[in-house]
Amino acid sequence: MTTETGIGAAVKRREDFRFLTGRGTYTDDINRPHQAYGYILRSPYAAAQIAAIDTSKAKAAPGVIAVLTGADYDKGGLPCGWQIHSKDGSPMIEPAHPPLCKDQVRHVGDQVALVVAETYAEAKDAAELIEVDYKELPAIISTAKAGEPGAPQVWPEAKNNVCFDWHIGDKSATDAAFAKAHHVTKIDLVNQRLIPNAMEPRSAVGDYDRATGDYTLYTTSQNPHVIRLLMGAFVLQIPEHKLRVVAPDVGGGFGSKIFHYAEEALVTWASGKVGRPIKWTAERSEAFISDAQGRDHVSHAELALDKDGRFLGLRVNTIANMGAYLSTFAPCVPTYLHATLLAGVYTTPAIYAEVKAVFTHTVPVDAYRGAGRPEATYLLERLVAKAAREMQMDQVEIRRRNFIPKDAFPYQTPVALQYDSGDYEATLDLALEMSKWSDFENRRAEAAKRGKLRGIGISTYLEACGIAPSAVVGSLGARAGLYESGSIRVHPTGSVTVFTGTHSHGQGHETTFAQLVSDGLGIPLENVEVVHGDTNKIPFGMGTYGSRSLSVGGSALVKAMDKIIAKATKIAAHLMEAAAGDVEFKNGNFTVKGTDKSIPFGQVALTAYVPHNYPITELEPGLEETAFYDPLNFTYPGGTHICEVEIDPETGVTQVVNFTAVDDVGRVINPMIVEGQVHGGLAQGIGQALLERCVYDEDSGQLLTGSYMDYTMPRADDLPSFQVATHATMCTHNPIGAKGVGEVGAIGSPPAVINAVIDALAPLGVEDISMPATPLKVWQAIQSAPKKMTAA
Amino acid sequence: MPTVRMTVNGRAVSGDVEARTLLVHFLRNQLGLTGTHVGCDTSQCGACVVHLDGTSIKSCTLLAVQAEGAALTTIEGLAQGDELHPMQAAFREHHGLQCGYCTPGMVMSAIDLVKNNPDPSEQQIREGLEGNICRCTGYHNIVKAVKAGAQAMNGQAVRG
Amino acid sequence: MHNFNYHRPSNVADAVKALGGAGDGKIIAGGMTLVPTLKQRLAAPSDLVDLNGIADLSGIKSEGDGITIGAMTRHAEVAASSAVKSAIPALAELAELIGDRQVRNRGTIGGSLANNDPAADYPAAVLGLGATIRTNKREIAADDFFRGLFETALEEGEIITAVHFPKPEAAAYRKFAQPASRFALIGVLVAKTKGGIRVAVTGGGNGVFRAKEIESALSANFTPAAAKGVKLDPADFNGDLHGTPEYRAALVSTMAARAVEAC
Repeated sequence: MTTETGIGAAVKRREDFRFLTGRGTYTDDINRPHQAYGYILRSPYAAAQIAAIDTSKAKAAPGVIAVLTGADYDKGGLPCGWQIHSKDGSPMIEPAHPPLCKDQVRHVGDQVALVVAETYAEAKDAAELIEVDYKELPAIISTAKAGEPGAPQVWPEAKNNVCFDWHIGDKSATDAAFAKAHHVTKIDLVNQRLIPNAMEPRSAVGDYDRATGDYTLYTTSQNPHVIRLLMGAFVLQIPEHKLRVVAPDVGGGFGSKIFHYAEEALVTWASGKVGRPIKWTAERSEAFISDAQGRDHVSHAELALDKDGRFLGLRVNTIANMGAYLSTFAPCVPTYLHATLLAGVYTTPAIYAEVKAVFTHTVPVDAYRGAGRPEATYLLERLVAKAAREMQMDQVEIRRRNFIPKDAFPYQTPVALQYDSGDYEATLDLALEMSKWSDFENRRAEAAKRGKLRGIGISTYLEACGIAPSAVVGSLGARAGLYESGSIRVHPTGSVTVFTGTHSHGQGHETTFAQLVSDGLGIPLENVEVVHGDTNKIPFGMGTYGSRSLSVGGSALVKAMDKIIAKATKIAAHLMEAAAGDVEFKNGNFTVKGTDKSIPFGQVALTAYVPHNYPITELEPGLEETAFYDPLNFTYPGGTHICEVEIDPETGVTQVVNFTAVDDVGRVINPMIVEGQVHGGLAQGIGQALLERCVYDEDSGQLLTGSYMDYTMPRADDLPSFQVATHATMCTHNPIGAKGVGEVGAIGSPPAVINAVIDALAPLGVEDISMPATPLKVWQAIQSAPKKMTAA
Repeated sequence: MPTVRMTVNGRAVSGDVEARTLLVHFLRNQLGLTGTHVGCDTSQCGACVVHLDGTSIKSCTLLAVQAEGAALTTIEGLAQGDELHPMQAAFREHHGLQCGYCTPGMVMSAIDLVKNNPDPSEQQIREGLEGNICRCTGYHNIVKAVKAGAQAMNGQAVRG
Repeated sequence: MHNFNYHRPSNVADAVKALGGAGDGKIIAGGMTLVPTLKQRLAAPSDLVDLNGIADLSGIKSEGDGITIGAMTRHAEVAASSAVKSAIPALAELAELIGDRQVRNRGTIGGSLANNDPAADYPAAVLGLGATIRTNKREIAADDFFRGLFETALEEGEIITAVHFPKPEAAAYRKFAQPASRFALIGVLVAKTKGGIRVAVTGGGNGVFRAKEIESALSANFTPAAAKGVKLDPADFNGDLHGTPEYRAALVSTMAARAVEAC
């Protein structure tokens, strides 16, 4: 049912008024009475022994309340939430991860001391007076070289810096497929490290109440309940009923605010120690060396094809950089979120992938928008494009020929996943039409007259969202469940408060979930309020990541609504003196079937709280229900992205002139929000393809792209306007049919862009370019190309 | 400690600050105007943009003492009660914001952009917002919003 | 940042006095470079002397056959100035390319020149147009002012008061921005002046300089092809993440050619 405010309506966001008027409440906007400020002294070295720390001068500095080091810290380390087992059955190496380093620092930015003072400036001033005697050690930075013999060792227990050496798929079947191949395409790829850069820097306020013994942590988190669980149970040993975690308005996450960070534990712990609330807020340059980073894969892949271009087998070997420590979900990213996606949208019958995770003296790497799936998509779509060029096949035809047909669902891939639905031809056809694909050569010729190299690239991708079910992910190494909770509290006058365990940090849940519930209960949108982000208000939650909020969190709300309606139906039946089985609920009214007897939802709500005429022996008063929803499967969004670029051969500047994205995200609740999510993902995907990269000095381990002076954030004039559309096939196993939209843009787009760049440079004989295709890199490719530019 | 006096959103304010206090910290911590944000420390992201004597500036790159005697407008000073400024309204109408963090600076910059160029093209809007970084929207809807906001501001100016 | 004493003099003499009385005083003009530097604690002056209270230092006026711009004139004022646009449009265009709108609303020409960032735009204008820098003590020709990385001919207690630009016969500036910072990876100003062709390059690495090879090529034949034909020695250029010396050297010829085309 589409109404002006129901499912499918482009309702304007209810969160916008406060954000547009400066009345949002982000963590750094929160100030507690008698609050002190924390500053974290961080390692200037990538690898060093801490021989001694002298804090005496700092402790004597003006305004200083405490200076705490690893020697003072007597609590637990930061836990890792996912355990991978290597090929040989051994568990991954899981080194200690103390919030404050004791004897050794392992990346530039590692936490060495916490200074607490009356003002932030005083804390920072005092930190300069801490004398740390570092004995610098050789550092290993390179992903590719970390496992080489003789490389500096990050952890003594991780021989050759290997965290785990994992595999998936059928090796012998894949070898057999290659043995009968007509053609094999090989590719070496780097999926460069990125820095997420949510615009709000991380912040945390720890507040210990001596009177009650309660701790409160306000934090920039995508999943406050998970932080409470991890920090309470594993790090600080605070029981959950004495620990409240609040994630208020959060200024973007993109994965980087999923994880439990040292600073959260430190301000909470130190608040108890000094008896004052403590606020810590990262400066941007600090965020660059302390927020978990993303991607960082080095891969070799081979695709076996028959003479008609049908895929017979795929072999992938990936080295994934974990950084110096295991961040919360790091091990699952290159494994279950990457290698399991290597079938993509294709019927490749045999796949074998090996993933070796290595430690380096760099900031930990974890999920960043897409998390593993952009890496898989980039690998696959670059490989397919290269195979088509090598076999002189059309880029579209080779894909069509290998698509999983729309009548083949559910489709079991050779890498564990079972896709429930999709129609890859439909998204492809629409994208081809919208992008005017067939007319491209005319545009290329026209550009050539202007001295520009024009190219077009395509990516037909698939991803997996709403990671689940709990039992399956548990068997794969997850140390948590991956369900979601939702509660519906119907108030006596019929308005509703919705409590969701997901968290909105830009996604507009307050609007989308209100639409879902208003539609489901047949009540006006303005009668629904959505609450998220506070462990004292919401029963439980796993938070927002992996594009799961609607498909998992929304489904929990649907289940809660089902319970509400079931109970309300009984109350209505009682009021109308009918059998519950004869009462149906529609458009906000309970009606006795076949009669004109009807009462509205509001009257039932009031009766539930004023139970004068009430089936009190059968039903409790009140109308409030909670549901937990554990999905039966992942969801599988997919689609086609087409990018068109123009390159200025004199400067190497690549301009994206057209970008078309047609995505199947399943059921759309609010198309305006869905389009916005796609736009944002595309910007990050195009950013990865053309602009962004995290670079460390290979010798010193210093971050060379440590600010916006060197890390190229996409700005308005780097991007075009996008053409986006959706074409839905419904998810078959959740009650909404939603698949997820948060990550599709970032997953599908990078190979479309790079394939376009290569297409533009192909007339010069250029066959490869790595991300990001910066002006420098493109210019160099043109300079060293086998063929020279010819005058237009 | 120096005392600074200025007008913020039409209200005379003063406060004792260290000379090193940045204007943005004076606004946020001493005046409680937390709508102005800090997103970087190299004067690039624009989350801190406010208007100083009618032009947009980055309040993280100005000392509070330097704003002595100035008239400032922050994001909190735009709406008239519940009635949004046309640019704010356009951002809402066109979904020009997601997480909301860059939004105050983006809106303040957009208003200054339109003051200097009442009918900007898409390219002029994109170039004019060079000093504001948004990580959520891909700018697509921001550009639409600024275009619509410009038209609404012009309409208002004609009416006014 | 570290704390400091703050002074806001209302005339140049008082500014000089405040600087002289300070242990380690620094001038703040627009502050667009200085404030971020202080925030990163890369400098810790004992005193800051703010020139923003000195009204005399601001303003644009036509003078003789050129334009004189007060040291505290904001980039945005230069970019929007009808006097500048009509006399030296290239200068207004260059000012419009500095930083972003908010930086241009605050940053000043005097501050940019005194700082002499090797990737700043204004040094290219001053050197390329053969401007004269006026201080509280003397006049300094552009060719004598820039002394390499962040170094200038300014002496202790010397404050830029204005810059005089003679009107060229033609001039244009073309900038290739470093993708992240948007500073000049290479910026080239080409000017036809009474004294001949001048080509000033910023972003090369060691401060603004005149590309003599391109100047002589253009003196012989003022065409884009002539500029493009000059191959500069990469050894004279800096290399970093965003540009190798070879790339920078090639960009100089390309940007010079585009500037010639726009002249």
